[in-house]
Amino acid sequence: MPERDVTVPIFPRVDLDDDPAYGKIDIEQWLHMYEQMLKIHHFEEAVNDLYKSARMPGLAHLYSGEEAVAVGVCEALNPDDTITSTHRGHGHCLAKGAQVDRMFAELLGKAAGYCKGKGGSMHIADPETGNLGANAIVGGGGGIATGAALSAKMRGTSQVSVCFFGDGAMGQGVLYEVMNMAALWKLPVIYVCENNHYSEYTVSSEVNAGKLKARPQAFGIPVKEVDGQDVRQVYTTAMRLVAAARRGEGPAFLICDTYRYYGHHVGDVNRTYYRPKEEEQAWHTQHDPIHLMSDWLCSARSIQASLLDEIEQKVISEITAGVEFAEKAPFPQPDEVDQDVYA
Amino acid sequence: MSTLEAPTIATNAREITFSQAIREALAEEMRRDPTVFIIGEDVAEAGTPFKVLLGLVDEFGTQRVIDSPISEPGFCGMGVGAAMTGMRPVVDIMFGDFLGLVMDQIANQAAKIHYMSGGKLNVPIVFRTSLGATRRAGAQHSQSLQAWPSHIPGLKVVLPSTPYDAKGLMKTAIRDNNPVVFIEDKMLQQTKGPVPEVEYSLPFGVADIKLSGEDITLVATSSMVQVALGAADRLASLGIHAEVIDPRTTVPLDTETLIRSAQKTGRAIVLDEGYQRYGVTAELAAVIAEGAFYYLDAPVKRMGAMDVPVPFSPVLEDLTVPTIESLTEMAKTLCGRA
Repeated sequence: MPERDVTVPIFPRVDLDDDPAYGKIDIEQWLHMYEQMLKIHHFEEAVNDLYKSARMPGLAHLYSGEEAVAVGVCEALNPDDTITSTHRGHGHCLAKGAQVDRMFAELLGKAAGYCKGKGGSMHIADPETGNLGANAIVGGGGGIATGAALSAKMRGTSQVSVCFFGDGAMGQGVLYEVMNMAALWKLPVIYVCENNHYSEYTVSSEVNAGKLKARPQAFGIPVKEVDGQDVRQVYTTAMRLVAAARRGEGPAFLICDTYRYYGHHVGDVNRTYYRPKEEEQAWHTQHDPIHLMSDWLCSARSIQASLLDEIEQKVISEITAGVEFAEKAPFPQPDEVDQDVYA
Repeated sequence: MSTLEAPTIATNAREITFSQAIREALAEEMRRDPTVFIIGEDVAEAGTPFKVLLGLVDEFGTQRVIDSPISEPGFCGMGVGAAMTGMRPVVDIMFGDFLGLVMDQIANQAAKIHYMSGGKLNVPIVFRTSLGATRRAGAQHSQSLQAWPSHIPGLKVVLPSTPYDAKGLMKTAIRDNNPVVFIEDKMLQQTKGPVPEVEYSLPFGVADIKLSGEDITLVATSSMVQVALGAADRLASLGIHAEVIDPRTTVPLDTETLIRSAQKTGRAIVLDEGYQRYGVTAELAAVIAEGAFYYLDAPVKRMGAMDVPVPFSPVLEDLTVPTIESLTEMAKTLCGRA
């Protein structure tokens, strides 16, 4: 492993309570975001268990640690706003409104899955919740999300399109092509870069030159950088960017500093050759998005810990029932294999 | 949408060029359906370097005939996203060679989205591009890469050879709910042919018998149809009556018409301007060999482009593609008349 500092970035404390827009957000909505983050967390724990106990075919890329990004951004969207997701996409799907049971069914290749078992972990799509699909090509959602924004503009709707991708996708040329066009044509698209500092098995600094934010800035696209572990910052920032895009002000680029708790995928267990354990531990203990939120809810909003426990129990029951549903669900019939090739 | 009944060419036909036929199809569909739009390099005022789209921007404006930067993967990907969300883009990829730039958007995105989503998302998009050598354009502007999209499940591939076919097939391509790769021969753009005044469209997966005959079957696509007809003319003077069949679409493929013709004639040569190795000719020849084996009097032969990068020098370039002369010789040999 190349020599480098093992540190957690120092995030400046942002006093959101001074923000007038922020004061209007009621406690129910914050609790909903907390629940959504917990849902993603427990979903991914269950996926890891399914993998380790050999009950799931293939692999999965876990979103654990990045929950605040998907939840904070999707909470700022309308149901008919669209998103494109990534190979690490379970969090985006859930945050945009997908159901746990049908997602597990998809992960197990069952007919009841969102894509009849034909997509799998990396391809969950759900047009009903505005999810245009996870994508197993890194940066693969760039064209689709920007095209959806072009379409929204041409059709005269007020829909906004969100393109999720990681810092690894900053190496894909197509992203720069579509950002250029989004800026030229003032398309309502938000590029959300989940900077988890690793591009598969390689630390980001080894593969990304210069500053990430300088790249969209070159196209004149406004950039915001937030602590991606703080759902309150992500949400309030996303809200502003989405509102601006909806007003016709064009694209924006949101960099969320975050961390991937697990490896590149569930099978990437021995990873000290590229990432030190101390660093993982530091993020877990000092900057976990769910703990940050529960601490704030209890201290700043006087929420009882018992209420948070209740929410967690409800989420765990939903996850347990979802896994059970998926495991009992039938596989697709063999005659499904050549269906849906053409519309 | 049901295919309009295709009028015969004789019905109210005028002579128009291949380019005009394409332009008419686009204009008619853009008038009929406000979700149809065009995006690509130099498509608006320039009307593309081949002038195929000339005038469309005057009628439909720059909002529907959109000049893009030179970013083929970017605008192809945006076409896919627009198609998934209620639009019907016609994406212009100036040269077929540029498929090399956009295969991820076409093969990994557009082709698979319907299947991967369990049939919930559709991608009704047309990728218009070109093929053909002998324009002295060198190795990166002369290839005929129809084998690439034809290989990928989820794509349909159209290879029109006449103005009549071009117009009817383009209208079907735009109305299709799947990604369609529509490949036009650059050398055909200025050729003229009869096209009816009345509106019509042509179905995919239906081969057209361009010439009936009983001695040998010449299956030819796109640019090679004229070569086959030219050879058929020479063969006729020798008393060999060739049947010329144009599949018009490689996907879906009208296997039945190909097989039936080979069963009738007992001999077949397959022509396509793509590289011969692992090419369209290999697939079509295999279909005939499997389907007509017991009727064949000779092995199925194929003629594609020579397996070399297309050379610039005219003397060399002309050697790489099948010609009326080379096809005539091969057909004579196959019929025992060499």
